[in-house]
Amino acid sequence: MQEFEPKIVAFVCNWCTYAGADLAGTSRIKYATNVRIVRFPCTGRIDYMLILKAFQNGADGVIVSGCHPNDCHYTSGNFHARRRWIVFNELLELLGFDKRRLFFSWVSAAEGAKWANLVNEVVTEVRKLGPFTEYEKLSKINVNSIGELCNV
Amino acid sequence: MARIGVFVCHCGENISSTVDCAKVAEIASNYPGVVYSIDYKYMCSDPGQNLIKEAIQKHKLTGVVVAACSPRMHEPTFRKATAEAGLNPYLCEMANLREHCSWVHYREDTTTEKAAELVRVLVEKVKHNEELYPIKVPITKTALVIGGGIGGIQAALDIANSGHKVIMVEKNPSIGGKMAQLSETFPTLDCSQCILTPRMVEVAQHPNITLYTYAEIESVDGFIGNFKVTIRQKAKSVDHKACTGCGLCIEKCPIKKIPDEFNAGLGNRAAIYVPFPQAVPNKPVIDRNNCTYFLKGKCGLCKKVCPADAIHYEQEDELIKVDVGAIVAATGFDIKHSDFFPEYGYGKYPDVIDGLQFERLASASGPTLGVLKRPSDGKEPESIVFIACAGSRDPAKGIPYCSKICCMYTAKHAMLFKHKNHHGKATVFYMDIRAGGKMYDEFVRRAIEEDDVNYIRGRVSRIYEKNGKLIVCGVDTLLNSRPVEIEADMVVLATAAIANSDSEELAQKLHISYDPYHFFSEAHPKLRPVETNTAGIMLAGACQAPKDIPDTVSQASGTAAKVVALFSQDELTREPLIAYVNNNTCVGCFLCQSVCPYLAIEKEEIRRRDGTLVKTVAKINPGLCQGCGTCVALCRSKSIDIHGYTNRQIYAEVSALFNRREYAGV
Repeated sequence: MQEFEPKIVAFVCNWCTYAGADLAGTSRIKYATNVRIVRFPCTGRIDYMLILKAFQNGADGVIVSGCHPNDCHYTSGNFHARRRWIVFNELLELLGFDKRRLFFSWVSAAEGAKWANLVNEVVTEVRKLGPFTEYEKLSKINVNSIGELCNV
Repeated sequence: MARIGVFVCHCGENISSTVDCAKVAEIASNYPGVVYSIDYKYMCSDPGQNLIKEAIQKHKLTGVVVAACSPRMHEPTFRKATAEAGLNPYLCEMANLREHCSWVHYREDTTTEKAAELVRVLVEKVKHNEELYPIKVPITKTALVIGGGIGGIQAALDIANSGHKVIMVEKNPSIGGKMAQLSETFPTLDCSQCILTPRMVEVAQHPNITLYTYAEIESVDGFIGNFKVTIRQKAKSVDHKACTGCGLCIEKCPIKKIPDEFNAGLGNRAAIYVPFPQAVPNKPVIDRNNCTYFLKGKCGLCKKVCPADAIHYEQEDELIKVDVGAIVAATGFDIKHSDFFPEYGYGKYPDVIDGLQFERLASASGPTLGVLKRPSDGKEPESIVFIACAGSRDPAKGIPYCSKICCMYTAKHAMLFKHKNHHGKATVFYMDIRAGGKMYDEFVRRAIEEDDVNYIRGRVSRIYEKNGKLIVCGVDTLLNSRPVEIEADMVVLATAAIANSDSEELAQKLHISYDPYHFFSEAHPKLRPVETNTAGIMLAGACQAPKDIPDTVSQASGTAAKVVALFSQDELTREPLIAYVNNNTCVGCFLCQSVCPYLAIEKEEIRRRDGTLVKTVAKINPGLCQGCGTCVALCRSKSIDIHGYTNRQIYAEVSALFNRREYAGV
């Protein structure tokens, strides 16, 4: 049987992790093809509804990554991201969401290798968990209302 | 209807070796909205850009996706090409096929598949892109220079000489910095003060320079071209306008035993003092922490003797607000002090001193008037041991970096000692000699060969006192690691150069980043060495990393050139990727205000024509907003959005991520 290839979305900030992923490229560090990077100006911009949206659209795992604490290009966006991440996690826990599919990391512009390792680790972890199907089940009930909630 | 053009670049073979570019272009041609799709060897070349321009005009494109390298690399190139073809440049997006795909994956089907998906994501995004226009902001053509050492002085003079106003802020009562404390400078051995003090005077007298000494930066707001800075002028307790600098107050002050900072603690000063005879301004300040009047409420001798009635005890700290267009941080460095080397007895034996203290002992204006005397008993030393790399390049001490200046100043110290005492014995323990620089290695060779300084390659493990002598135990690694013991009258440690203790605090006020050692970070280590990541704030000198005087001066002039280049324009063009508020839905909770790092969110009252208030909503100041988008994510009523990363754009991207769309409901 063919091995399950998880689909991973990475929400990253432009200044640290996006540049770190660029560095992985310029350093030719190979990693799994499963990841799709979405660029944001700052992790502070990441509306966590987007994470639900990503799962709704077939993601099996989500990475959020930005600048290390105190290194934010905008001085404090990553702290706000971290704070809201904690609250968001509490909410997901309450809803019974499998939080093992969510990954939060700091990857600086100088950490190309860390980025590659992160992606590989996430792919391995999520592969163990198998495909994410909860939304698929939900979609049979009513998916459009979720879309509206997400302000699409 | 969207009419999108997709342009897939091979980047020579950088992309095409692992991604089937022709196939990506073919798949992309089937995406909804794509009317033109092509692959080409070098999209950034002239013919490649022409391909894009022609396609925009021929196919009446409403959006462009260039699938090539990282947008951090060539986004400006392709946006410019788009603009040249008559399309708004912000309707061009880049899919990162090189750094994020071809370079990090092997040649497999999944790699091409991923490339095609990355293109699709950007195609969906660009459909929601809007026409945007750069923001123009005026520039205040005044520069703020923080720090009055040689770096700050050079930058200030260069900027002022080009006709722009400069405000200089110095923490200490006098400008001059570390260079004023030095005796002689390598590799020429010319007197430091002789070359520095004329520059200090020039700063004080320059019509374009306003000097604030004994002052600190309280806060910094605003952005490039439009900084609003508050300077805290610490109370000098002396009216410098009235003071004639006669020095009578200093003479009469009964508190005279305060360790003198300028002499690195080797001399004493009074509670009312001028740091050194050539100080600029050459007028005293009262050190309130040590003055009897301020501690006990009585004394007042200085006020009684002052012939100019210049002493004002009631003076208070004053906050001065200034508008500047650019800021130069030239705050310099510090060296590690005593508690750092218990094994060397530093801080325990008075004759184990640091490099700066040696400079003061050797200086003609120092506490011993240039005669080398040991601090313990005032005897002239016959044997001195110099230890290089005292802390530097020592991960165990938390300082893995090279302090850069110590090899040279240690050679200079040994030389100065030998010039003052021809029969003296000078020994240097070193790890490596790093004498890179014009005439530097020759200088070290001169110390070894002409001045007979004994260089021992090895570390010192311990120093102890025996019969009034310091016994230095080390090892000579060039002689089979043989242990060596040397009797010395004095030991000079070339302690590591470190960032100022308050550098982190200042970096936070300036919104600039700093490295793990708290030195300020440059925007790019090679190509933008004088700018910081915050536009309009530049660096000069050792606040960035340990540097010697020539390097500091060159960087300061480089920084001045950047400032002058900025001031050569009347208006600044900024990227329009900033946040904006939907007044209709904003409920005026102002949560956004509390998270904005730039204080860019203001309150705006919406009124009817008759003047009655409808509601108060948030308003983004486009001059201050830097486009981080933290307010966007936080807004509860989804009333804030950000150009370039709008909710519509991002949700469109996320919806287009994967092929599994059958249940997605979009």
